Amino acid sequence: MANEPAAILDEQAKADLEQIEVRLLTEGIYQHYGFDFRDYSLPSLRRRIWKRVYAEGLSTIAGLIEKVLHDPQSMERLLLDLSINTTAMFRDPTFYLAFRRKVVPMLRTYPFVRIWHAGCSTGEEVYSMAILLQEEGLYDRCRIYATDINEAVLQKAKSGIFPLSTMQENTSNYITAGGTGTFSDYYTARYDYAIFRPSLRENVVFAQHNLVTDASFNLFNVIFCRNVLIYFNNALQERVQQLFLQSMEMFGILGLGKKESIKYTGVADAYEELDAEERMYRRVR
Amino acid sequence: MVGGWRLAVGGSKTATTRDGAVASRQPPTANRQLPPGIRSWTDGRVLSEAAHQYQLIVIGCSKGGMSAMEQIFGALPAEFPVPIVAAQHRHRTSAGALPDFLRRQSKLNVVDATDKQWIQPGNVYLAPADYHLLVDRGGELSLSVDAAVAYSRPSIDVLFESAADAYHARTIAVVLTGANADGARGAKRIKERGGFVVVQDPQTAEAPEMPTAAIAATRVDRILPLNRIGPFLVELCRNSA
Repeated sequence: MANEPAAILDEQAKADLEQIEVRLLTEGIYQHYGFDFRDYSLPSLRRRIWKRVYAEGLSTIAGLIEKVLHDPQSMERLLLDLSINTTAMFRDPTFYLAFRRKVVPMLRTYPFVRIWHAGCSTGEEVYSMAILLQEEGLYDRCRIYATDINEAVLQKAKSGIFPLSTMQENTSNYITAGGTGTFSDYYTARYDYAIFRPSLRENVVFAQHNLVTDASFNLFNVIFCRNVLIYFNNALQERVQQLFLQSMEMFGILGLGKKESIKYTGVADAYEELDAEERMYRRVR
Repeated sequence: MVGGWRLAVGGSKTATTRDGAVASRQPPTANRQLPPGIRSWTDGRVLSEAAHQYQLIVIGCSKGGMSAMEQIFGALPAEFPVPIVAAQHRHRTSAGALPDFLRRQSKLNVVDATDKQWIQPGNVYLAPADYHLLVDRGGELSLSVDAAVAYSRPSIDVLFESAADAYHARTIAVVLTGANADGARGAKRIKERGGFVVVQDPQTAEAPEMPTAAIAATRVDRILPLNRIGPFLVELCRNSA
């Protein structure tokens, strides 16, 4: 810009340099470790990277590049920072209520239901869906494929152990979501943890899958990907939506996060809105 | 030291460069017409800062924020040139009632932000309940469900810091009423990047903690009573098209 004072130009130069560092970091991680964060949305990516820079006692992103490329353990820590999404059981309870009312009746007509929960993180929403399906008497003919990029996060999800301190919020969500039982029947409290019934994961397959680099692995009647795409830039969101479409049975259901949309993607025409407010779509072509 | 903006006596703006040279810009002296509905210049002197082109206003508030935003948005004309992004602490299940209410009180289009939405003038984008809201360099909104910061999601600091990183000196931050210190760190970052910070006079705030913390954290540009913030923004942004 013309006539900018030097101090401001200096700030812009700093920001440009930071962007170069972010690019070098993600490129290095991709080439060395195979994880592809190159098309992640910059504001959140930058925040998460800086958090790791400080946690490692460093002062620049360039410093972190050296650290993670030469020390796989620090890469694992960065991977956690870049891939954990904080969620709750029955997050957005009205989404689950809408699923009960609008999707469950349809699923009843199917002999077998395949569900893909993409980017399941620590598994709270997987267990939520398992509870819902059990209550609706559908669980025995369902198989849930719960995938995440991060193996450590998946281990947590598999354990079915969550902090007891979150159960108050989870219980209130469960009730709003139309739960028909008593939420505390689904877990045993031990010390500070709630251990969920193993029967809830009987039909769940936890597996590592990278939405950015891995291909479609099955056809599904339902795909959930909630609050994962917000971390991707537009180009990557488009690619992942194509991946979901390839993996979706005709009349299959796509469930996104409350503030995500397919409106501006190339797959918009393939779906109709089943519940606009809850971002629930049905494949129609 | 790399200096940010400094308001010199008499209202001319100066910035100190790395080698100590001082760049200055003359205050606009031409007679200007007052915008409709505004009876006087808001702080009684020439606003040299208004020569600057701003591209984004970020607003943070908590307790009492709804009526504070109502008053500010009500004072802005439909053709207000700078888009606004606001984070108010709200309950995680809060839905469309807040944007609906504010939209009725304003000539601007007030909406809950959607991920990757383009930021455009004439709009106020609110951080949705239970999401952090960030802005990107390319001019789009970005949501996150990262952990709460200081018990807050949305976090005002997260929004302000992203604005400082993306818009630098083209950012105006407004810190309003609130019962905690969220926003203070973000306001400091915006000042470090050369942006402009307006804080509601704590005496006019339903909860004074938030504006007080911002004033303590950095050298803010203006401390104004609530009813003067809207007209002041109109004046400050009159050259930002």
